[in-house]
Amino acid sequence: MSNLAQLFFDAASLGGLYAMAALGIALIFGVMKLVNFAHGEYIAFCVFALIVPSTDAVAVMFLGKAPALILIPVILGLGAAIAVASEYVVFRHLRKADPVAMMIASFALGFVIRNALLATYGGRPKAVSLWPGLNTPVDIAGASVPLLQLIVILSTLLVVTGLALLLKKSRIGLEMRAAAENFTMARLLGVRANRVITGAFALSGALAAAVALIMVTQTGVADVRMGGQIMLVAFIATVLGGLGSLPGAVAAGFLVGIVSVVLQAWLPLEARPFRDAFLYTLVIVCLLVRPQGLFVPASAKPRV
Amino acid sequence: MRSQHATNRLASYSTPLILAVLLVGLVVLVAVFGDRSLARTAAETLVRVTLVVSLWIFVGNSGVISFGHAGYMAIGAYCSAWLTLKPQSKALFLPDLPEWLMQAQWHVLPAAIAGGLLAAFIALLSGAAILRLSGIAASIATFAFLAIVNTVYSNWEGVTGATSSVVGLPRYVDHWVALGWAVAAIVAANVYANSASGLALRATREDEVAARASGINMYRHRLLSLVISGFFTGVSGALLGHSIGVLNPDSFYLGITFISLAMLVIGGIGSLSGAVVGVLLLSVLIELLVRAEQGISINETQLALPSGSQEILIGIAMIVVLIVRPNGLTAGKEFKLKPQWLRQSRLVGAKSTN
Repeated sequence: MSNLAQLFFDAASLGGLYAMAALGIALIFGVMKLVNFAHGEYIAFCVFALIVPSTDAVAVMFLGKAPALILIPVILGLGAAIAVASEYVVFRHLRKADPVAMMIASFALGFVIRNALLATYGGRPKAVSLWPGLNTPVDIAGASVPLLQLIVILSTLLVVTGLALLLKKSRIGLEMRAAAENFTMARLLGVRANRVITGAFALSGALAAAVALIMVTQTGVADVRMGGQIMLVAFIATVLGGLGSLPGAVAAGFLVGIVSVVLQAWLPLEARPFRDAFLYTLVIVCLLVRPQGLFVPASAKPRV
Repeated sequence: MRSQHATNRLASYSTPLILAVLLVGLVVLVAVFGDRSLARTAAETLVRVTLVVSLWIFVGNSGVISFGHAGYMAIGAYCSAWLTLKPQSKALFLPDLPEWLMQAQWHVLPAAIAGGLLAAFIALLSGAAILRLSGIAASIATFAFLAIVNTVYSNWEGVTGATSSVVGLPRYVDHWVALGWAVAAIVAANVYANSASGLALRATREDEVAARASGINMYRHRLLSLVISGFFTGVSGALLGHSIGVLNPDSFYLGITFISLAMLVIGGIGSLSGAVVGVLLLSVLIELLVRAEQGISINETQLALPSGSQEILIGIAMIVVLIVRPNGLTAGKEFKLKPQWLRQSRLVGAKSTN
C-alpha cells in the first residue's frame, strides 16, 4: 500500500513537471506554429540566473540568495523576458516563414544560448542548494514524500487551473484561443498579432522558469544540459497530446511522467539505464496507433 | 527530337560532375601544396560532405527535417568498429559481443559498407514508424529516435563501451578515401533525386495534397529516400570513426546534428549543390574560427576569440541566413552545364511544339 502511495506521489510530481514544460511548448505552437527548440535553454538560463557568473566549480548564489517572495517573481519575470526577447530578436522576422524554417531557427537559437551559458559558466555541473528544507520527507498515507513533491503537485494544479481561467475568462485568453484556432481570421476580426504572440511567449517563458526552479530544488545541480532532456519529453508530450491542443499537452505530460515512474519501478534492474529508450519506443508505438495524437482538437485537421 | 523536359533531365546529370570536379580539384590542391594538418582538415570536410549529402537525400527531397541522422551515424560507426577492431582489444573493452563478432576482423571497405547497411536497415524500421506522422510531428519523432540511440549506446556497457570511448580503430580515412565516398554519395543523391521516386517525393514537398491527388504514395517514397539516406549516413559515421580513431556516443549527438543541419540550411536545403556549398563554406569558417580561438599574434599582441565563440557565431550566422535568405545561399538552384548542342536541341524542340 505504502509502495503504491509512494509511486503515486512520484508519478504525480514528475508528471506535473512534464505537463508544465509541455504547456510552455504547446502555447507557442498553438499561436504561431513554432516548435520552440530553445525552450530547454530558457530553463537552463533561469537555473543559471540563480548563481554568480564564473567558471569555478563552486557555485556562489546570486539571485538565489534572495528570499522566496522576491526570488520567485524575479525568476519568472526573467524567464518571460528571455522568451519575449528571443521572439523580438529572432522569431518576429520569421513570422511569414514556414514552420520548418522557424523550427530550425529556434534550434540554432537554443544552440547559441547553450554555448553562451557554457562560455560564461563552464561545462561542469555545479552543486546549488536552493531551499534544501523542501527535500525533507513528510509522512502521508504511509509514504514518505518530500515536501517539494507536494508543492510541485499543488503548483501544477494551480498553474493549470490559473492558465485555464486566463484562457477562458480574460480578453487576452480569448484572443489567444482565437489565434490558435485561425490566426489570419483572428487578425481580421481585430486581434492584435503582436500582443497575442508576446503574451504567449511571456507565459511560456514564465512556465520554463517555474520548471527551472522546481528542477534545481529537486536535483541540487545546475547543468547546461538539464534543459535538453525535459524539453525532449515536453515535445513528445505535445505530439502525443496532439499538436496545438493545450489540454492534450497537459494530459500527455502527466501520462509520460506516470509511465516513466512506473517503468523505473517495474523494469528489471539491468534494464533500468535504458528506461528512456523504452519510454520513447512506447511513445512511437503509441503514435503508430494514433498518428494525430491522443487528444486532438477539431481544428487540427488539415484543410485543403 | 528531344523535348525540353528531356533536355533539362540530361542537364541535371551534369550537377554531380561539377561538384565532383570541384571536390577533386580541392583535394588535388591540398595534396600538392598542403601540409599534413591541411590534409586532415580536407579529410574531415569530405566526411562532412558525405554526411550532409546523405542528409540531403532525405531532408532535401522530402522537406521533412530529421534530427535523427546522428543516430544512423552512430549505428554505422559502431558497426564498422565491431568488424575491424582487433579481437584482443574487443575482448578487453567490449566483452559482451557475440562470439562471431568478437572474432571478426574484416577489411575496412566491407566493414564500412556493412555499417551503412545496418544503418539503412534501422532506417527502414524506424522510418516505417516515424514517417507515418505528418511533417513537424515526424521531425520531433526523429529527435526521440536520436535520444533512443544515444541512451542505448551510452549504457550498453559490454557492447558499445558505454560512455568510455572505444579506442584503437584503424585510421585509414585520409582525404582520398573520404573523397571517394563523398563523390559516391553525390552521385547516388543525384541519381535518386532525378529518379521517378525522387521526383515524386519532391512533388510532395512542394504540395502534399496535389501530389496525393496525382496518385503519389508519399509514405513509400519518404521511406525509400530515408533508407538510401540512412545507408550513406551510416557510412559517413564509419568514416568519421576511422578518421579520428576514437568513438564516443556523445560525438553523435546534438553537436553534429546541429552542425550538419546548419550546413544544409546555410547552403540551401532545396538543392544538392546547396548541401555541398554549405559544407565547404562552413568548414572554412569553422577552421578560421578555431584558429582565431587559438589566437593570432599581430605585432606581439595576442588576439584570441573566447572559446565557444565558434558555436555561437555559427548559430547566429544560421539565424541570419534563415531571416535574410530563407532558401539558403543557393536558393534551391543547382549548378548545371548546358552545352551548346543541348541548348540548340531545346530551341528546336520549342519550335516544333509551337
